[in-house]
Amino acid sequence: MMQTPVTFPVSVDAEAPWVLPNRGIVGMWCLIAAEAAIFMIFVVAYIYYLGKSLTGPLPSQILELPILGTICLLSSSLTVHAAVSTLRKGKVQLCTVALAVTVLLGAAFLWTTAAEWHHLIYEEGFTIRTNLFGTTYYSLVGLHASHVVVGLLFLTVTFLFSVSGRLGEMHAERLEVLSLYWHFVDAVWVVVFLVVYLLGR
Amino acid sequence: MPFDVTNRFARIAGPEKRASARVSGLAVLLGLLMNARQASAGSPTSIFDPAATPAHSIFSLSMLVLSVTLIIFLVVAGLLLYALIRFRQRSTDSGQDPAQVYGSNQIELSWTVIPILIVVMLFLSTTRVILETEAKPKPDNALNVTVIGHQFWWEYRYPKLGVVTANELHIPISDPNRPTPTYLEMSSADVTHSFWVPRLAGKTDLIPNRVNTMWLDPSAAGLYLGQCAQYCGTQHAKMLLRVYAQTPQDFAAWVKQQQQPSRADLSDQPLAEEGRMVFLHNACINCHTVTGTVATGRFGPDLTHLAGRDTIASGAIPNTPKQLRAWIANPDEFKPGSLMPAMHLNNHDLDAVTAYLTTLH
Amino acid sequence: MAKEAPVLEAIDQTAPAGHSSGPGVVYEWLSTVDHKKIGIMYIVYALIFLVLAGAQALLMRIQLAVPNNHFVTPQVFNRLFTMHGSTMVFFVGIPILFGFGNYLIPLMIGARDMAFPRLNAFSFWISAFGGILLYLSYFAGSGLYGAGSAPDVGWFAYAPLTAKVFSPGHSTDYWTLSILMSGIGTTGTAINIVATVICMRCKGMTMTRMPLLVWLLLVTSCMVFVAVSPLTAAQIMLTLDRYLGSHFFDTQAGGSAVLWMHFFWIFGHPEVYILVLPAFAFINEIVPVFSRKAIFGYSAMVAASVGIGFISLSVWAHHMFTVGMGPAGNTFFVFSTMVVSVPTGIKMFNWLATIWGGKVRFRTPMMFAVGFLFQFLIAGLTGIMLSAAPFDWQLSASYFVVAHFHYVLVGAILFALFGAFYYWYPKMTGRMMSETLGKWHFWFFIVGFHLTFDFMHIPGLLGMPRRIYTYEAGRGWEYWNLIVGIGAIVQAIGTLIFVYNLVHSYFRGKIAGPDPWDAWTLEWSTASPPPSYNFAVEPTVGSRRPLWDLKHPEDPDSSYE
Repeated sequence: MMQTPVTFPVSVDAEAPWVLPNRGIVGMWCLIAAEAAIFMIFVVAYIYYLGKSLTGPLPSQILELPILGTICLLSSSLTVHAAVSTLRKGKVQLCTVALAVTVLLGAAFLWTTAAEWHHLIYEEGFTIRTNLFGTTYYSLVGLHASHVVVGLLFLTVTFLFSVSGRLGEMHAERLEVLSLYWHFVDAVWVVVFLVVYLLGR
Repeated sequence: MPFDVTNRFARIAGPEKRASARVSGLAVLLGLLMNARQASAGSPTSIFDPAATPAHSIFSLSMLVLSVTLIIFLVVAGLLLYALIRFRQRSTDSGQDPAQVYGSNQIELSWTVIPILIVVMLFLSTTRVILETEAKPKPDNALNVTVIGHQFWWEYRYPKLGVVTANELHIPISDPNRPTPTYLEMSSADVTHSFWVPRLAGKTDLIPNRVNTMWLDPSAAGLYLGQCAQYCGTQHAKMLLRVYAQTPQDFAAWVKQQQQPSRADLSDQPLAEEGRMVFLHNACINCHTVTGTVATGRFGPDLTHLAGRDTIASGAIPNTPKQLRAWIANPDEFKPGSLMPAMHLNNHDLDAVTAYLTTLH
Repeated sequence: MAKEAPVLEAIDQTAPAGHSSGPGVVYEWLSTVDHKKIGIMYIVYALIFLVLAGAQALLMRIQLAVPNNHFVTPQVFNRLFTMHGSTMVFFVGIPILFGFGNYLIPLMIGARDMAFPRLNAFSFWISAFGGILLYLSYFAGSGLYGAGSAPDVGWFAYAPLTAKVFSPGHSTDYWTLSILMSGIGTTGTAINIVATVICMRCKGMTMTRMPLLVWLLLVTSCMVFVAVSPLTAAQIMLTLDRYLGSHFFDTQAGGSAVLWMHFFWIFGHPEVYILVLPAFAFINEIVPVFSRKAIFGYSAMVAASVGIGFISLSVWAHHMFTVGMGPAGNTFFVFSTMVVSVPTGIKMFNWLATIWGGKVRFRTPMMFAVGFLFQFLIAGLTGIMLSAAPFDWQLSASYFVVAHFHYVLVGAILFALFGAFYYWYPKMTGRMMSETLGKWHFWFFIVGFHLTFDFMHIPGLLGMPRRIYTYEAGRGWEYWNLIVGIGAIVQAIGTLIFVYNLVHSYFRGKIAGPDPWDAWTLEWSTASPPPSYNFAVEPTVGSRRPLWDLKHPEDPDSSYE
């Protein structure tokens, strides 16, 4: 039996358009808040243990500034931004290129981290269990690197969608959500760079 | 008729039976409560029976806090009870909803400001006691004791006196006119423990790789009890504390005794001499120290003056030859999970080593 | 009596008149993304764990009823308190409160579902997996081939007791991983709640027109982001220590045991506010309806809730007053802890003012709410006692603290939950719970509660520490522990009556209709139980109590606020 749906007495201003934020963006900001808290704890541990190692190499003795990696990663923020704005304007091919460059830059960053770790582990003999510095260094940089890996996975999948013609202007908002994550990963790197490679040395 | 279990129960039990069940339940409860009150009146670990300055300071603060919270409780609970009774829906009610009141700025302001004032007052009182206890400078004539927590026993070292003992802490009483407090510097050899003798002071944790300090100044001689108050493993429950506050003369005598090495000549007690051989040739020396012998193990308590202690196994067992023998035979029988293994000695060796240990005054 | 609100009938005539039976039902529930079904799964799951953890508590109380008891071995006892605490916090408290949130939020804001239905399902299943993993430890605590047993490091797992050397085998890892899973699920649900509340409100429902339950769950979810992550981080660190030989909490290598404490309590304290805020949420809905008055001071309630959320992030080291932080550290945390009592007190007074001048109906939900009010007052006051650091130096890690936090968890949160059950069960199932059984449940439970937790304060004041499997005679603790144990049994009976009521009412309860309590928020405008799409037409609202306006056209809320 059909009845008229319930209506509640409302005043005139309810006729105005009712626009609420995009749930993807809000959800991603929430995730960023949670992830930022995890990184904060690792950063706090890093700073707390500075100078407290009982043995072993000091940061100033074995760490070198990862300039190349940093340039790659931070530029990838620009390219992912470009990907979003070109997609908004409907320029899918440009978006595909921007995504590809982002993935390559991100992969380059990972490569520099891997090279650095290879040097530290096999040539300096410096591992996570060497001393407190080793513990906090590898865990913090490693946590960041794992987040880069996840981001690259998503970006690569998006790139593949784009190349196969499945990406369109209507997906711009979703790509913006992904780019927000990527910007967060870059922002974390800025903090890690400052704390580990500048402050700590 | 829908099945109604409660009606069924009511019919089975019958009104008289239910009433008498209630009365007897209440009687049992009252009996228990009276017993409980009596037992707790003489509690040796009550925080409301302070015997040293830190415990006294805390006691005064606690009285203030308890009074304030009691008043708050009476006022708020009283108003709540009143409101629930006065504004209950009555059967004669018209069924109309009452006048809707959405808020009142003045009232809300007042019950924001008054709690803030109470908080400020409590905060200032609390800060004063914190400074009084934690920030007190150490007088020159203080006795220094190093306390090291182990799973599941207490190590006490008196660095300036050359004394090392375990589980039973002896300290001098302190005359309020010329205070001679005892300062404890505390750490741990393994996991986190906590030193809590309620009648003397609040508790302080013993944390590995960290030194915490606290002080005690009992004014009356006697035995003060406590136990470890931070979960430290299987036998946390039986890591008991015994603090013997002694007059200056008694304390000096105790120190003198503790400074002696163990007796070298045991020729008048052949079984004990044999027991010393058993002790020195078994794994005992890996964990235990007896000064005057080659035993310098530090994993377990120092046994040099074991026979002078009232208890063994950190207060858990009375120190009699029979109990001591049983403990050595199988510690797990008393403290399952304690880190001392069963020594698998035969009966004769057990008798001998027990005889030896009872000579260690 | 105000006229009943006309109800949204299902427009779709094929709405479930009878459910599919057999394997179809199982598949339907396993694969659902409907927030209502997920909410119910969370609740049922939590009830099962409530019974398990309750049994663990009973076993502990039997062991402690007399001194030097041998009912269980120390090893078993240490596992019991670890599992009891971990289960209750992570696999009862969190799931049941977020389960209710999941069910109610979309209905209260006029939405069709949560913002991310698939994330919702994922969050539930990963939490559920976590719980099963924790209990798997009873069989596989040292790996499947090594048997072994449940974790025994306490629910806060202090370092370095959790290091590989002091806790060999894998039981500690079961603790770490299962709670990590639960944390991921909780974070997922929190993301969902924030996105739903911000982005899916129906037309006209501005933030200031949302029911207070929605506000409180929003604040709770924001707290989850900042609070659960530190625990996740600390658990990752612990696992790295145990398996890769890192030294985060390895005191032999210069690591710090206190660092674990800081990280844990940065999580642990907000966590208990995460548990209590939803309880406030239920009270905020129940007390007005059964006092027949709007909540007093809506804006102040919102401000106080947000304030509690913020301030509670700064109080954590009041769990560490005895670790030797020094006067400056101790004083700061005394201050922040005392300050949080101000907004909490405001809420208490606002509830009192709501009842004042009302017409209180003592139905079962309200009885539990009244229990909450008195008991939360007492719990808050013992909390103030504990916030005075020197007093805490005596009371910390004693049974006084155990009594205090059980007063909050059982006396406040569980009572509010029972109230919520009786209040929203008709909406979820279409049937009323039995009032008679409800009253039996209430009286048994409240008597047992006070027997146990009132008297539990006393052994603490007499020097009894927590987490001990037995105690010496002659300390004055014996009889109190016996009374505490008796109360536990009485509470168990009350709980069994409740479970029976849940099941019995499902089949024989009176049909409820859409609005059995004459309430005012949107969930009561749809059928009981609601159709899967919640509302046939998404509503438009003009005030905080849309149904009040409908039933009282002469005196609508919208003319006042």
